[in-house]
Amino acid sequence: MTEFKTIDPAAVEMLKIAAEENISTAFSRAEEVKPCPIGETGACCKICFMGPCRLVGKTTRGVCGADVHTVAARNFARMVAGGASAHSDHGRDLAMTLLHVAKGEGQGYRIRDVAKLHAVARYMGIPTDGRTKEEIALDVATEALANFGRQTGQVTYVTRATKKRQEIWKKLGIVPRGVDREVVETLHRTHEGVDLDPENILRHALRTSLADGWGGSMLATDIGDILFGTPAPISTEINLGVLKEDQVNIIVHGHEPTLSEMIVAAAQDPELIAYAKSKGAKGINLAGICCTGNEILMRHGISPAGNFLHQELAIITGAVEAMIVDVQCIMQALASLAENYHTKLITTSPKAKIPGATHIEFDESRALDSAKEIVRTAIDNYPNRGKTRIPPIKNRLVAGFSHEYLNYMQGGIYRGSFRPLNDAIVQGRIRGAAGVVGCNNARVPQDEGIYNLVKEFVANDVLVVVTGCAATGSAKYGLLSPEIWAATGKGLREVCEAVGVPPVLHLGSCVDNSRILTVLTQMATEGGLGEDIDDLPAVGICPEYMCEKAIAIGTYFVASGAYVLFGVHSPVSASDVVTRLMTEGWESQVGGKLEFEPDWRKILEKSLAHIDKKREKLGLVPWDPNRFGKSGDAVMMEYLKTVAASK
Amino acid sequence: MSRYIATRAIRGATALVYEAEQLLNKALKELGPDTPVQFTNTAYYLPVILGLTGIEVAKLGDMPKVLERAKALLHPIPKDQVWLPYLGETLDSGIATLFAAELIEGIRFAYGEQPEKITWGGKIAKGGSFTSPEFEGEGGNGGTLNGPIDDIQLRAWGIQLVDGRMPGFAAIVGCAKSNEVAVEIVRQLQQRNILVFLSGNVNGRSIIHQLMEEGVELGYDTYTVPFGTDTLSAIYALGFATRSALTFGGMKGGMARDILLYNKYRVFAFVLALGEVDDLKYAAAAGAINYGFPVIADTVIPQILPTGITSYEHVISMPFDEIPGENDLERAKRLVQRCIEVRGVKIKVTEVPIPVPYGSAFEGERVRREDMRIEFGGKKTRCFEYLRMANFDEVEDGKVTVVGPGIETVPEGGAMDMGIVVEVAGRKMQEDFEPVLERQIHYFINGASGIQHIGQRDIAWIRISKAAAEKGFNLEHFGKILVARFHADFGAIVDKIQVTIYTDPKKIEEWLAKAREAYNYRNQRLADMTDESVEEFYSCTLCQSFAPNHVCVVSPERLGLCGAYNWLDCKASYQINPTGPNQPILKGKCLDPVKGYFDKVNEFVQSASHGSVQEVSMYSIMENPMTACGCFEAIMMVIPEANGFMVVSREDPSMTPAGMTFSTLAGVAGGGLQTPGVMGVGKYFLVSRKFIAADGGLKRIVWMSSLLKETMAEELKAAAAREGDPDLLDKIADERVATTVDELLPYLEEKGHPALTMPPLF
Repeated sequence: MTEFKTIDPAAVEMLKIAAEENISTAFSRAEEVKPCPIGETGACCKICFMGPCRLVGKTTRGVCGADVHTVAARNFARMVAGGASAHSDHGRDLAMTLLHVAKGEGQGYRIRDVAKLHAVARYMGIPTDGRTKEEIALDVATEALANFGRQTGQVTYVTRATKKRQEIWKKLGIVPRGVDREVVETLHRTHEGVDLDPENILRHALRTSLADGWGGSMLATDIGDILFGTPAPISTEINLGVLKEDQVNIIVHGHEPTLSEMIVAAAQDPELIAYAKSKGAKGINLAGICCTGNEILMRHGISPAGNFLHQELAIITGAVEAMIVDVQCIMQALASLAENYHTKLITTSPKAKIPGATHIEFDESRALDSAKEIVRTAIDNYPNRGKTRIPPIKNRLVAGFSHEYLNYMQGGIYRGSFRPLNDAIVQGRIRGAAGVVGCNNARVPQDEGIYNLVKEFVANDVLVVVTGCAATGSAKYGLLSPEIWAATGKGLREVCEAVGVPPVLHLGSCVDNSRILTVLTQMATEGGLGEDIDDLPAVGICPEYMCEKAIAIGTYFVASGAYVLFGVHSPVSASDVVTRLMTEGWESQVGGKLEFEPDWRKILEKSLAHIDKKREKLGLVPWDPNRFGKSGDAVMMEYLKTVAASK
Repeated sequence: MSRYIATRAIRGATALVYEAEQLLNKALKELGPDTPVQFTNTAYYLPVILGLTGIEVAKLGDMPKVLERAKALLHPIPKDQVWLPYLGETLDSGIATLFAAELIEGIRFAYGEQPEKITWGGKIAKGGSFTSPEFEGEGGNGGTLNGPIDDIQLRAWGIQLVDGRMPGFAAIVGCAKSNEVAVEIVRQLQQRNILVFLSGNVNGRSIIHQLMEEGVELGYDTYTVPFGTDTLSAIYALGFATRSALTFGGMKGGMARDILLYNKYRVFAFVLALGEVDDLKYAAAAGAINYGFPVIADTVIPQILPTGITSYEHVISMPFDEIPGENDLERAKRLVQRCIEVRGVKIKVTEVPIPVPYGSAFEGERVRREDMRIEFGGKKTRCFEYLRMANFDEVEDGKVTVVGPGIETVPEGGAMDMGIVVEVAGRKMQEDFEPVLERQIHYFINGASGIQHIGQRDIAWIRISKAAAEKGFNLEHFGKILVARFHADFGAIVDKIQVTIYTDPKKIEEWLAKAREAYNYRNQRLADMTDESVEEFYSCTLCQSFAPNHVCVVSPERLGLCGAYNWLDCKASYQINPTGPNQPILKGKCLDPVKGYFDKVNEFVQSASHGSVQEVSMYSIMENPMTACGCFEAIMMVIPEANGFMVVSREDPSMTPAGMTFSTLAGVAGGGLQTPGVMGVGKYFLVSRKFIAADGGLKRIVWMSSLLKETMAEELKAAAAREGDPDLLDKIADERVATTVDELLPYLEEKGHPALTMPPLF
């Protein structure tokens, strides 16, 4: 146990400096600001102005008579709506960008992945034969945008779910119509005096979450791929050690790829590199934090400097000329923190301004010029740099696993499928699969749950997919490098060695959790593992969730049939009724359930038990850690050594 | 893959694609882009390239675009640290290797350098199913190795591939530890009826050299085909696999994924790498894995045991000297056993207690006069076989009796009379099954190595080789073979069996008379059996393992298009396996007696063809004709100008008036598709009363392969007489007088062919 709430040695170094210099960080504030004990459990209602009502102790009803179950359910539904809004607004913006590109507007953007454009057009029933990519893109963008304001019918991608899943949604009346409609309806239902039945409220929460997962998020992923390319494996380094002493360090932080893609282009601009050199730097070094970091990692191999809780620590290195932020997960503290250093905090989105930051609004119609202006500002700041303390700590990783590549890597152009993965699960080489996703949360030791769970899963032959800050949180400790095979269970290792992958696959940013939906659906339809997501020996885990987006993600996975476990604490713990509805209730309705479990060891236990239970239900052989392991290069290498020695 | 294999395979692929580019540039310069490129007798161009890309390479100038495809499939070698995934990339590089290898072989054909010349003291037997033991193929010193398998042979093997008699193929690449091991491996595979394709070498020495040195008969007839002594010639094995999908699976060029999956699920093949594995072999193996074919090596290489691309393990290493066993022969045996497990080939091996190796692969083996110990039948002596049903108490199961002198009484190279009488009893046995079972004697006896059987009934002709006799094979072993095989293959209808071998002249006279009486009775019975005289027809969906939507409807007067299954065979097969591919179809209501529509037949076909065929007419080629799998003995096609049909048999490589050879026509007729005017048929259907009866019958035939005319002369003459035109056969043109419509029409006019005055077909 370290004295700081993190297991990351790079973070520890920075926190020591912060402590010495008496600088406040999320780590220190989490010690100082205790969570509101009533809000924490979901028992606080501040929906009307007869309150706020605190439903604790002897108070079992608010002024209007609402009980704690209704209150907790309403609070939860609003979190889902908040999270769904964030992902979906992101998706909408990308669709707008695609629309501009299709119309020949949008400087610097183009349709980079025509194959993906065609695939998306096929999902949407848009004809492609004999049409230019711009014509197709115009229809795709229009159809995508229609998903937000659609009033009746259904979100386009509902048809990408298994038939069985679509039936379940239809029967339950939770097929999402339009993204905006479901979110607005949530806000309406949870307004004072409307929907007061926890079960009914939570059912609509499922519907709203589906509009996120199979709507806004999935569109964000797909359109991101069309505009910026579908990721394929790429290797690089990670953690604060990727900052460079002798270069202009620019950190992009936030969530949307639209800006960061242009920053990537600007940072490679020879003129700007020359400009940086004129300021005494050897070059321009770009690094990412949070999901903007993941977006440019997946597509360009740009090194991430860290996850959510690293945003302040990066500035404390004193080596960051500019931190460029767009939307989501940006701490207001950055502005005052940056005042202690030369770092310029630059906000770029009209939706997200911070008092004290420099605002350079990112104008899509002159995107590249905007990006260059921002990079130039960073370069101008290089001579102001003072003492730096970059921790020499970094690790290597492989990222870039899109659903498309996963398909390819299991058979090449001609034989790509999910057959090898399903086979491996059926035979017990792979015990099951776990998605470890989500945030950092300053209330719990940074990366502790993420790291330990991923490490243990892998050692127990569970294949792991990661996204968002959980991906970064695993990669910092080398878990995303193929060299981790040495610490991988024998069966899983055989499969990884056959394919050449690490046992932990980075699928992208937090909107890219939609890639996991696609992967799970394909596993369910490939054959041998049942017919729907709830048949699969798989779990979804968010060990260090922090924001509403995580709640939305967790909920859409449940609605899609997955068993989902969250760490930290339960935001509905005040209501046993709501807790039961989310577990037993949802399980009987949609096959998935949502549990909150602060102890990662218990999460592990429950996950493995769930995987083994599903294996048994599918009639698969029980997992045996020692059955496999005779594949691979080891014997050959030994043999070659012997041959060499005898010569 | 493993990183080691990926590295070596990608390196090998890159080198070979580069080599192909060099050779192609040279050939384009030296020979020019219009120089034709053609493998031996195939309608499938360069088959792997056609199958996977849809590109028809007919001349050198077609090759550069294929080369570009190959280059696009290459990838960088994985790094030593933090390597990126390599499985998909290696498999792609494997395909690039196959394209490059096939291009190179194509270029060699253009130069006349393929098939490879035999420059050492070996020979192979050429030709298809032989008709006379005196037949000597080409080959010998100065001859060539086989090179690619031609379409005719592929189709000839079709039925055996689909009915499981031939479970798959082994592509052996390299050189065995010793000649002894090479022979044992091949013998083990032959005993399991697995086709053996040979190619490659280790330091210049190939398993082909080893087998030739040991005098092992190589060629189509022994299921052991030498492609070439370099690794590149292994591409012919994958060309064979690709064509299986195109021929029997109804797939078209360019349906790469379907073709590869077809092979994974339906063609049981594997690669056996003998000796050191070099970069090129790794690369070619990566190509083969795309087909779902696993690789087994007898040296140390990294194993890849998880499954997915292949059905079972991908790569197995069995270092030869570490295989448990008393000696190398035992190790060879175990190696083959493991190969078969890995591919998941289900093989039922019947133990036949005789002193020589036994298996279908030996069926085509011939015994030449100079190698012969003794013969029965032929020109100088008599030989007959007769199987009859008997009562339970008359048969002592397993008893084999020899009545008369043994072979030791005849000098080497001599001949003697022999009669084989088989008596069977069984609760489900019927008199009608006697000829069905009797016909099996030919196959059963032929399965013994060193024994050759030709003909049937009282024109049987059997030879025992010196080698077999030296190993102790004698008369009683004929009986032992029959007892073992009838129990194994027909156990459902045969409960007891005894065999008597007669060499005593008096007994032979006595039994030959009985046999002839039975033959006559059966002939009459068969002649009386008509479509109208039975209540049910039989389906045959045996080929659905290869052609998933094809259904044969077999009636007394229309045998299966493969020629191997008539109505009685199907009936017997149904008795043996009531849930098998031969099901009774009650005819139901006859909707049209002329065209042969029956309501229950239509219903059955709809369901069994998975909806792809709605109606089938039994007696017309012009309206809803029966579909075909790809194993047909002959193809018919309408010649509109002549108001009739042509029929070409699969042995005939000549051009036809339809403007296509058999191979090309087969592409139109196969795959379970209903194409009016085109139909695959069994040869004996031609002489049936019901043969395209709705379209005018045999008199509509305006052109026929001379081979068919000659081999079926008597039957055809009889049928022509029955149809009221005894001279019909002379009026029918063949390839000797016409290979175009322009040549055909004057001939028909001159001969006064009846089709010209028949009602118009259209």
